[in-house]
Amino acid sequence: MAIGALPEVTQTTRRGRSARSFPLKAKLGAVIIGIFILVAIIGPYIAPFDPSAINSAQSTPLGPNAVHLLGTTSSGGDVLSQLLVGVRSTVVLGLVTGVIATFLSVIIGVSAGFLGGFADEGLSLLSNAFLVLPALPLLVVILGYLPNAGNIVTAFVLSILGWPWGARVIRAQTLSLRSRDFVAASRETGERTWRIIFFEILPNQVSLIAASFVGTVLYAVLTSVALAFLGLGDLSAWSLGSMLYWVQNQNALVLGAWWWFAPPGLCVALLGMGLVLLNFGLDELGNPRLRDAAGQRKIGGHAWRPADPTPVLRELQAPRRRLAGAMASSTPGVGGGGRGARFFIGRHKIAASGRGELQ
Amino acid sequence: MPGNAVTTMLAKYPSLQPGALHALEVEFGVGHAGSLTHQYFGYLVDLAHGNLGLSTNFYPSSVATVLGQTLPWTLILVGTATVISFALGTLLGILAAWHRGGLLDQLLPAFTFLQAIPYFFLALLAIDAFALHWHIFPNGQGYSMGLVPGWHWPFIQSAVYHSILPALTLIFTSMAGWMLQMRNVMITTIGEDYVLAAQAKGLSNRRVVWTYAARNAILPNIAGFAISIGFVVAGALVMEFVFSYPGVGYTLYNAVTSNDYPLMQGVFLVIAMAVLIANLLADAVYVLADPRTRTGTAY
Repeated sequence: MAIGALPEVTQTTRRGRSARSFPLKAKLGAVIIGIFILVAIIGPYIAPFDPSAINSAQSTPLGPNAVHLLGTTSSGGDVLSQLLVGVRSTVVLGLVTGVIATFLSVIIGVSAGFLGGFADEGLSLLSNAFLVLPALPLLVVILGYLPNAGNIVTAFVLSILGWPWGARVIRAQTLSLRSRDFVAASRETGERTWRIIFFEILPNQVSLIAASFVGTVLYAVLTSVALAFLGLGDLSAWSLGSMLYWVQNQNALVLGAWWWFAPPGLCVALLGMGLVLLNFGLDELGNPRLRDAAGQRKIGGHAWRPADPTPVLRELQAPRRRLAGAMASSTPGVGGGGRGARFFIGRHKIAASGRGELQ
Repeated sequence: MPGNAVTTMLAKYPSLQPGALHALEVEFGVGHAGSLTHQYFGYLVDLAHGNLGLSTNFYPSSVATVLGQTLPWTLILVGTATVISFALGTLLGILAAWHRGGLLDQLLPAFTFLQAIPYFFLALLAIDAFALHWHIFPNGQGYSMGLVPGWHWPFIQSAVYHSILPALTLIFTSMAGWMLQMRNVMITTIGEDYVLAAQAKGLSNRRVVWTYAARNAILPNIAGFAISIGFVVAGALVMEFVFSYPGVGYTLYNAVTSNDYPLMQGVFLVIAMAVLIANLLADAVYVLADPRTRTGTAY
């Protein structure tokens, strides 16, 4: 291979990549989440009313009008203000849980995959044990035991229960990366273990870690909303979940007050959809075969995506980008690229990884 | 720990005599003499005899009785819904991947919306529309008031009728996850060389889809299915809460809100056992489904 030809090729591939590197779905998801984060930051300052304000003269919910853009609750609280204030606590809870749980999954997943041996056995056992804990019933019991638990306790418990999904996937990927040539090469050149982990292993699974983070945030948002709805969260503070609790508690549906029950529900659904779309996009980023179907060949009347030709040159140039292709070629023997590749393609809820070893 | 079995009883029946209170304390084991280990071994011995203690909330029923009454509801409803949503979701995932860019594939964003919507919100809307507004389905409970549970036709009819709406909402929300995962793995599998080779050999499309692509692509879904089967017993807690369905999840919720520790303990024991047994079975099934796991280490 002529070395002189390399830079030019690199540039074209880079340019080609950046044009389609962020799929439309991911962009859409990122925009939705961006809006929610913005509301979480400025919401409480732009809320027109005190969300907890009560108008004692009022007994029925008021429809949307010029003063209350989204109407009021039956006790006269302004729905828009509750929404603007409530988004913050839900988003913060989701992000905090995502950060803690992802941190745990990276630490445990990478250690298990990289160290191997007894450490791997122990840590895998630990994550398997946490994996089969039924999260919601356990949370119900714990939060019932800790009455008036705030957001921090909820986030902590959610993180403790939420890390194993990511840890398994990251462990599987670390196992596969560990045996690659470039890791062997850096070991040969005398790089220290921490340097190999932080500069060789971790950058190669950024999309995986990001997907695990997004998946955990989604889980945290949906679970915390469900918990608040059951009356087990912090009901004195405004969040999307506590809004839905009061909706149910004060029969907004029976009263037909759509302006009261629809906004919080739709907000959670929209936030969740943003996260799912972002995760979708991250999947496509890590696995080129999932990208848009345009331009694929047809064989036998059916559109086909041919087996990706292994992009040798690109791999040489940008090892960090080559997740999918390289994974497919790196699993020796067994079924050609089967197991490793699947873990991160399937989204966060796959438990395929450890299964093989459990025989 | 908040709550005390005897004080709870006292709140329920304020006219209890001091003598009766003492009898209750003995019965519930409040203020039990002996160390923690001693008490724990006492618990294990009772457990071996199938004695899970008395429920303070449903006194004088024992925990085992309460569990026996609630388990069938959850197992039948959530179990059926899980199997249907898995089968349907996987099938749709296969079709969406095979007809890439087709109608089903185009509808995927709509399915992601279903996956992201909070379950209880959808269920509340469904109750509002189908039960309160159009009166097509009942708005909750496991069977009509006034019927005696048993194996007779009116009761079975009523139970099935009451389970349709909860089951539909469960299937509706959980199907999308199976479908998305199946589609993504299937698309990757379709790109494999052996599938291309099968196509080149001139095998029929049906054979390629089912025997070559889907058979391999379904493995992660089977692994996920095994885990969710284990969680069936834990019940769809939120579903049972919204529909006031007499299952394990609702019982657990009630136990938590009324500080009924013996019942909580019993429910959790059953859930943990179910998850462990399901995982054991899952490993066995996985070996059957994936020949690679039989030959030795996968890596």
